[in-house]
Amino acid sequence: MSIVTVQLGQCGNQIGHEVFSALCSDIHGTHGLCSKKENESYRDSCKERFFSEEESGVPAARAVLVDMEPKVISQTLSRAARSGLWKYNSHSHFCQKQGSGNNWANGHCVHGPRHKEAIMELVQKEAEKCERLGGFFTIMSMAGGTGSGLGAFVTQCLRDAFPTSFLLNHVVWPYGTGEVIVQNYNSVLTLSHLYHSSDALLVHENDVIHKICARLMNIKQISFRDVNRVIAHQLGSVFQPAHTAGGGSGYSRNPLGDLLEPLVPHPEFRLLGLRNIPQMAESSLAFSTFSWPGLLKHLRQILIAKAHMEEGIDWQVRPPQPGSSIPSTNKPLHFNTSIANLVILRGKDVHSVDLGSFQDPSLYTSWLNPQDAFNAWKTPRAFNKYEKSAALVSNSQFLLKPLDSIVGKAWNMFASKAYLHQYTKFGIQEEDFLDCFTTLEQVISSYTNL
Amino acid sequence: MTQSVVVQVGQCGNQVGCRFWDLALREHAAVNKKGIYDEALSSFFRNVDTRSGDNGLDIYKGKICSLKARALLIDMEEGVVNEILQGPLRDVFDSKQLITDVSGSGNNWAVGHKIYGCQYRENIVEKLRKAAEHCDCLQCFFIIHSMGGGTGSGLGTFVLNLLEEEFPEVYRFVTSVYPSGEDDVITSPYNSVLAMKELNEHADCVLPIENESLFEIVNKIHQMISSGKLGSTVKQNSLVTSSTGGAKTLQEKPFDAMNNIVANLLLNLTSSARFEGSLNMDLNEISMNLVPFPRLHYLVSSLTPLYTLADVNVPSRRLDQMFSDAFSRDHQLIQADPKHSLYLACALLVRGNVQVSDLRRNIERLKPSLHFVSWNQEGWKTGLCSVPPVGHSHSLLALANNTCVKPTFIELKDRFMKLYKKKAHLHHYLQIDGMEQSCFSEAISSLSDLIEEYNELDATKGGPRIDPSRLKIAV
Ligand SMILES: Nc1nc2c(ncn2[C@@H]2O[C@H](COP(=O)(O)OP(=O)(O)OP(=O)(O)O)[C@@H](O)[C@H]2O)c(=O)[nH]1
Ligand SMILES: Nc1nc2c(ncn2[C@@H]2O[C@H](COP(=O)(O)OP(=O)(O)OP(=O)(O)O)[C@@H](O)[C@H]2O)c(=O)[nH]1
Ligand SMILES: [Mg+2]
Ligand SMILES: [Mg+2]
Repeated sequence: MSIVTVQLGQCGNQIGHEVFSALCSDIHGTHGLCSKKENESYRDSCKERFFSEEESGVPAARAVLVDMEPKVISQTLSRAARSGLWKYNSHSHFCQKQGSGNNWANGHCVHGPRHKEAIMELVQKEAEKCERLGGFFTIMSMAGGTGSGLGAFVTQCLRDAFPTSFLLNHVVWPYGTGEVIVQNYNSVLTLSHLYHSSDALLVHENDVIHKICARLMNIKQISFRDVNRVIAHQLGSVFQPAHTAGGGSGYSRNPLGDLLEPLVPHPEFRLLGLRNIPQMAESSLAFSTFSWPGLLKHLRQILIAKAHMEEGIDWQVRPPQPGSSIPSTNKPLHFNTSIANLVILRGKDVHSVDLGSFQDPSLYTSWLNPQDAFNAWKTPRAFNKYEKSAALVSNSQFLLKPLDSIVGKAWNMFASKAYLHQYTKFGIQEEDFLDCFTTLEQVISSYTNL
Repeated sequence: MTQSVVVQVGQCGNQVGCRFWDLALREHAAVNKKGIYDEALSSFFRNVDTRSGDNGLDIYKGKICSLKARALLIDMEEGVVNEILQGPLRDVFDSKQLITDVSGSGNNWAVGHKIYGCQYRENIVEKLRKAAEHCDCLQCFFIIHSMGGGTGSGLGTFVLNLLEEEFPEVYRFVTSVYPSGEDDVITSPYNSVLAMKELNEHADCVLPIENESLFEIVNKIHQMISSGKLGSTVKQNSLVTSSTGGAKTLQEKPFDAMNNIVANLLLNLTSSARFEGSLNMDLNEISMNLVPFPRLHYLVSSLTPLYTLADVNVPSRRLDQMFSDAFSRDHQLIQADPKHSLYLACALLVRGNVQVSDLRRNIERLKPSLHFVSWNQEGWKTGLCSVPPVGHSHSLLALANNTCVKPTFIELKDRFMKLYKKKAHLHHYLQIDGMEQSCFSEAISSLSDLIEEYNELDATKGGPRIDPSRLKIAV
């Protein structure tokens, strides 16, 4: 099945480009470390998912590019064309002359309705190119005006136009110390709207990825490009083909469904975090070897201790003793309770790996069956130069603290009524803000009480 | 891409504007090597074919033929504008872009605003519309003027009101040169306060500039150069320090060096809207991020480094110095000390080889020494434009919405009151049709209200921070 990607705003377009580059360079790499047959079926499966074959022979990304200003899209298109490995379709982008000015209301209430038809026509065209459509993947930041405001609007349009398709939103969480002053307002508006229309929100926090660039990748002067490459690598480690547990010998044909159905068992819980291991500078890679038990021991501790990466993990955090797990308030302070987890293993010897430690019922909330709460995908095909690698997609309390912090800051600002005039100008009133706050306080409370 | 139109009014406005167009041309010439009329150029310039017939294909192929500034030049005397028309920039303007009269406004706001306003209203509107018609997406008007005289201050703010009436959707950014304490114009406090009321009510953003500050900065640059501290390494053709290498060949005029700084402010302010970068900052993001309440739209600016050496690799320490300097008192374009006042919001617009990690590091480093209002503790807006200014490897423009503008306003108010109490020179104003005593009292109370708003914010500084309690969810 194929996935149509919708890249929105500067962030969405810059990340989208890196994602397709990463996917493409992975399937062209000579480091697959698996049988020729496996490698070919992996490549075919990736192409079916993300690229359409063109007459020219250069695969074209199944993507629609949307921004309200022209500079980013023109840069993105030409970068992709220069790569020679893949390209964007020449008529699958939409831009205007003037951005949304970081104003969610402008993106959502003005640009959304005004350009709905044109954007949805592009999406429709891209969807029709898919022999079998598996769903939509949108990429956007939540701090600006276009990705966030228009993005939330487009997500709703996708939901209306494709009511039975899977819909996953990749959302970039802003730096805590600010890039956009009204980022907390925009985030609250975005998250609460997406919560109503999207199947799930897959989140990357810029602060976290920045830290990975500094500590694990050893990059001195970190650019958005560096950050985006790490994000693309992590997304690739989830979306490249893999075998699901009961899926027989072929690669999973329904990547979004296989991801979303087990990970989002309840509509109140839609926030997905993503971690992977190992991650390091390419130059160090040649000198490192990994064992599956070692990698998974780290990954499990990252999960239960809410760590961001393999460095700086708090090894003191333990799952609660059986029997004391109810009521939930007695749980150890820093322990991360999960709704559901998915682990994806790629590379050498994956079939002999023991994942029992992730099936421990004490990791999960009590109202779900642990057998359903944990899933694993595997492939012997190594990913992106890593002989062995593991990715974790987790519906857990990973995002509770960041969410609480954003809502808190937005609420502080809201109480002073600062910047509200900028939103009312485009039709978002105080009551609309209050509704959004209510939605998110509810989400916070639900995740807190796991 | 969007376009902007510059409206330069009065002597000061036109002299600053003139420097702006010179530097803008140079900047685009440095970036645009192929002579193609590109989107970046189109934001401030039109490309017109002035020749008749022979080679009309050039413009069709996108070649640069003749660049015309998207500008309207207004002065109520002819001297300054005529000089521009005889100078090296003459080809950038044509007669349809000019509005002049012969006698000036005699340092009287009322003459500019009321008399010339009435008289030239139709003419101004017509020329503004013409300029707007040449744009396919007009985003912003930049008014450049001084506050102390009659034309820039009076007619300039009249134009501001016209813009709001005629183009309510288009942003209005005003660069206002405030008179200094020892200004030679006796009535400058009246003119400035009368103009302030209009700026309060009708501008989206105001960038106040004080000549004292410009003067000190220019002196500092010259001292650095002549003391030889930087020796021969000072890049002679950087845009801040010199006018050589540009279109200008005449002798430098006294204000030129100072006006270059203001011109650079406008170039850096618009750079991210014109050129690409990894974190674009369009003009509409400026007021969205920096103006929390409609009237509090005065942005204190600082430009660093003032004298950059052109390095290929930016050594980290010097880069960090650029950020530190942007917050120091002697780099501000008004006499103000943002560090010891309260920030409502702060924007950092960076150009050149600077990445997001440099921004993060410096924000984290500087934050502890700055006071931010309680509801905007992370009040930072950042932009990264990849094209540096001519002759530099990197630069920073900091825009602060900070209560440090208050002393400038208080001083202005005091000087106004000194005259007003004695009713000095009032009759020059009151004899003009449409000028009432109430114009003065309303203007001064508008200014007082503004000062009071800053006072209230200042009063929250350093106090205990009580976060409002959050919404409760019934479980
Ligand atoms: N990781 C990452 N974050 C980015 C990138 N570009 C922007 N951001 C983040 O995105 C937010 C700003 O939103 P943008 O995507 O630039 O805004 P936009 O969607 O283009 O909306 P407008 O410009 O307001 O019309 C900030 O939080 C930035 O940190 C990028 O390339 N990578
Ligand atoms: N920075 C700077 N300030 C200037 C310049 N020319 C004049 N000023 C200042 O502007 C104020 C006087 O206003 P002008 O612009 O000369 O007056 P005007 O707008 O032409 O009005 P009238 O002459 O009264 O018709 C004083 O404070 C001057 O110091 C200039 O080129 N640069
Ligand atoms: Mg943008
Ligand atoms: Mg004059």
